[in-house]
Amino acid sequence: MTADDRFTEDFREQREEEVIGTISEVVAGPVSDWATDFSHLEPEWSADPYPIQDDLRRRCPIAHTERFGGAWLPTRYEDVAAIAYDTERFSSRSIILSNFRPPRELAPIGGSPPISSDPPFHHDARKLLLPAFTKAEIAKQEPATRAFCHSLIDVFEGRDVVDAAGDYAQHIPIRVIADMLGFPPEDGPQFRVFVEDLLEGINLPPDERIERVSRLFDYLLVQVHDHIDNPREDLTTYLINAELYGQKLAPDHVVGTMALLLIAGIDTTWSAIGASLWHLAKNPEDRGRLVAEPGLLPTAIEEFLRVYAPVTMARLVRDDVHWHGVDMKADDWILLSFPAANRDPAQFDRAGEVIIDREVNRHAAFGLGIHRCVGSHLARLELRVALEVWLARIPEFTLADPAAVTWSAGQIRGPRTLPLRIR
Amino acid sequence: MKILIGAERCQGHGRCYDRAPDLFGEDDEGYGKVLGDGAVPPSQERDARLAAANCPERAIDLLEEG
Repeated sequence: MTADDRFTEDFREQREEEVIGTISEVVAGPVSDWATDFSHLEPEWSADPYPIQDDLRRRCPIAHTERFGGAWLPTRYEDVAAIAYDTERFSSRSIILSNFRPPRELAPIGGSPPISSDPPFHHDARKLLLPAFTKAEIAKQEPATRAFCHSLIDVFEGRDVVDAAGDYAQHIPIRVIADMLGFPPEDGPQFRVFVEDLLEGINLPPDERIERVSRLFDYLLVQVHDHIDNPREDLTTYLINAELYGQKLAPDHVVGTMALLLIAGIDTTWSAIGASLWHLAKNPEDRGRLVAEPGLLPTAIEEFLRVYAPVTMARLVRDDVHWHGVDMKADDWILLSFPAANRDPAQFDRAGEVIIDREVNRHAAFGLGIHRCVGSHLARLELRVALEVWLARIPEFTLADPAAVTWSAGQIRGPRTLPLRIR
Repeated sequence: MKILIGAERCQGHGRCYDRAPDLFGEDDEGYGKVLGDGAVPPSQERDARLAAANCPERAIDLLEEG
């Protein structure tokens, strides 16, 4: 057996030399007109993006901004779906909208396959992950997840007010993905920093962003080396040993996919759990009904996923194109808002209302087309268990201070501070 | 009634086997599959319709007989 020499310093130097993209000027500050100058990083959007999206859907419906070097924001379900399905015109080589566009040569693999990959490579990279994320496979996580949720609530003993985002929702996906990747559970607090660096530091100077991202990759390389020395039954060892086209994966594919699995499951599920609890704290009728009818929870969860869909993706326009009435330029960003699509009255009856027993709910919270969230079964499991345990243990709760609730900025939206009065 | 999944449209969301586990299951990669020969007993026609109506990819076809 030969030593695995893929993950040396040399690989990282090569990687850094390859990354030469396009940097655009940082433009921040209040938005003048959401139709021509939108920014999903401004506080008004974070606090409540839905009235903005509804207004744009009526009068635009595809908004534009010169910020980030040029970006478009479709708000109708039909347009969001069409872009998600059109992987020829719209590339996934970067799915986080920022002031840095990676070079075109990064396609079709991208920095974090398969989310950053385009066909035909995408299919093969995705196929490697699918068996680990089936509903049947994910069901194995349920007992440990349930026990962990109980342990988080045990700690609330004697407290009247808790932060349901920071003390509960946040910890659940962090623990589950650390277990699945085989990372030390005590490293959880670092993961939150990695997530914020990647997803919320969008308007930081490029050098600082690169510095922050490299901290994540430093961490992942330590984990890779530990798994090479001590192989075990987890996703990290699986990726190190996985083969594509008769060869072990390229080192940046292994590390890029690890980064994806670590980051993509944390903020998103944390946001969905938090937003659901926020809704139930404000709506005692819905809360009482779910406490009385726990069997309704899976249906209610689909409705929470529709109205509070946490995830917005991004695409890059491949070539200049006149598309649905607007002139898109090559390398313009598309902010692919599944949350806006999910509130389109042309697609959903009573789109702006939360109807927890909505039976027909063809929402797009996990995306549409070939990039459907690989972790959707895991997200649903975590969301269901987190809410089941909470409602069983804490059936009565209210917002302790509505003004103290804070929401994340950027493409993943959910409560980051959520003080709830629990007795 | 018979049910069919358009494999070229299915992306493995799993709404069908979540909603109607007696009619649909998942394959080794999480894609939906029709259980048995796809014939739907009358008592489960409502489940079949709801599964189809909830598929984000519109990948389920209902073939009505008669």
